[in-house]
Amino acid sequence: MLEYDFMRTAFVASGLAAVLAGTVGFFLVLRGQTFAGHALSHVGFTGATGAILFGLSPLAGLVGFTFVAGIGMGLFGEKLATRDVAVGMMLSLALGLGLLFLHFYTAAATQAAALLFGNVLGVDSSALLTLAVLACVSLVALAMIIRPLIFASLESELAEARGVPVRLVSVAFLAIVAVAVAECAQIVGVLLVFTLMVGPAAAAQNFSRRLIGGMMLAAGLALAEAWGGLTLAYTTDWPTSFWITALSGLVYLLSLVARFQAR
Amino acid sequence: MTIRLGGRDILSAASFQIEEGEFVGMLGANGAGKTTLMRAALGLVPLSAGEIAVLGSPATRGNAQIGYMPQNRGAIVGLRLTGWDVVASSAIGARFGFVTLDKATRREIDWALDEVGARELARRSIGELSGGERQLVLLSQALIGKPRLIMMDEPLISLDPAHQKSVVDIARRICDNLKIAILFSAHELNPLVNAIDRVLYLGGGEAVIGAVDKVVTGPVLSRLYGAEIEVVRVRNRYYVMAGDVDVERDAHRHDDHAHSHA
Repeated sequence: MLEYDFMRTAFVASGLAAVLAGTVGFFLVLRGQTFAGHALSHVGFTGATGAILFGLSPLAGLVGFTFVAGIGMGLFGEKLATRDVAVGMMLSLALGLGLLFLHFYTAAATQAAALLFGNVLGVDSSALLTLAVLACVSLVALAMIIRPLIFASLESELAEARGVPVRLVSVAFLAIVAVAVAECAQIVGVLLVFTLMVGPAAAAQNFSRRLIGGMMLAAGLALAEAWGGLTLAYTTDWPTSFWITALSGLVYLLSLVARFQAR
Repeated sequence: MTIRLGGRDILSAASFQIEEGEFVGMLGANGAGKTTLMRAALGLVPLSAGEIAVLGSPATRGNAQIGYMPQNRGAIVGLRLTGWDVVASSAIGARFGFVTLDKATRREIDWALDEVGARELARRSIGELSGGERQLVLLSQALIGKPRLIMMDEPLISLDPAHQKSVVDIARRICDNLKIAILFSAHELNPLVNAIDRVLYLGGGEAVIGAVDKVVTGPVLSRLYGAEIEVVRVRNRYYVMAGDVDVERDAHRHDDHAHSHA
């Protein structure tokens, strides 16, 4: 299958998104902010559909909107990002707006499906370059804040007392999450971002008791699920996103069994 | 100093001094300002008047001379991470950039865990430890960086008597062996009474420090609580009564439900 250009591109694109999503998702799960990640993806939908409507690149709209929303969420403080109702309202409002934008744009159906459920086989080489640059920048940024981020996630009061700028770290982290969400949405679509960001990370925290090891495991699992999904999609001709969600669910189930048996 | 929060003076014109290497128990009703006082010494709460000097310099955030053990534990209680990783994450947690755990830091973490007798416990998941075991692991964090003052905010809350005793004993040992001053807040005096050098009692915006038998008396506490207080002493145990109610026990019970933060 690797003789096809679009398959090679798909493997690279999904690999980039998966490693970023798994790594960032590990901290999202650690901080209990998974719902915020989910909401950011819906804001991305508004951005992407809005961009299409105004003749811009959907990827730019996606990244731009999630990025601004991520910083906004961070500025409103730790509390908001974990507050279900506020995040839920924002999520549905964003989806509604996206729907309105699609309504004004005539060739809606295929675009909408690609945005909502992903279209990894449709990634072209210029989008691939953008994805690669964004993934690298995000991972480097994450590496820069990783120690204060871990400290603030585990013991925010103590971190504050030790002089960690907790609020700044939180804003920076959500900005990184926003980019990861946008990348991920390219592969599995905005509705299924959870499957790469949260599934592998939650499974890794069930399998592993360590921090850095667990983070690398989350990235590895996400990569395996993304590539496994692509391969299965190639052989069965079923949608890639379906296979990724199926693998993600299966791995999470196995991790629950492993955790239960470890007791 | 005066500390004002939300338009109310938590402490007004309270003045006291803690000596180096001394073990001070801090008591007072809910809302008397125990947590606030600690946060002020850490530079997290601004003073509206006066000053707090920690070892001769004004209170600022990130002061390496102070080890802190906050009361609110939140997220880590449910985690599967090892205690060692939690301690390590605090040891290097204030540093940005690409930071790895070097040998010296690893040794210091092991040393701190040994000091509180939690080296073995720290191999296990922090979420699988009992409340008392977890407090020991978390106490080791306060030792890293060789501080000269450690502030422990209500470390005895919801521990059974045996674990309360081991936390107090270890705090006393740290104070003696490492010559670190300790400020230890609690709802009840009795678990602490044999270990502490002096007691700091907060109430009604005031603070009184001194030997237990000088401070924990009817007249002093009546002034701090603003109500008629009777202190009953049986051998070396103190019962602080307002009418028929045991004040300290009642305060403790209240906190278990509300988890209020003074």
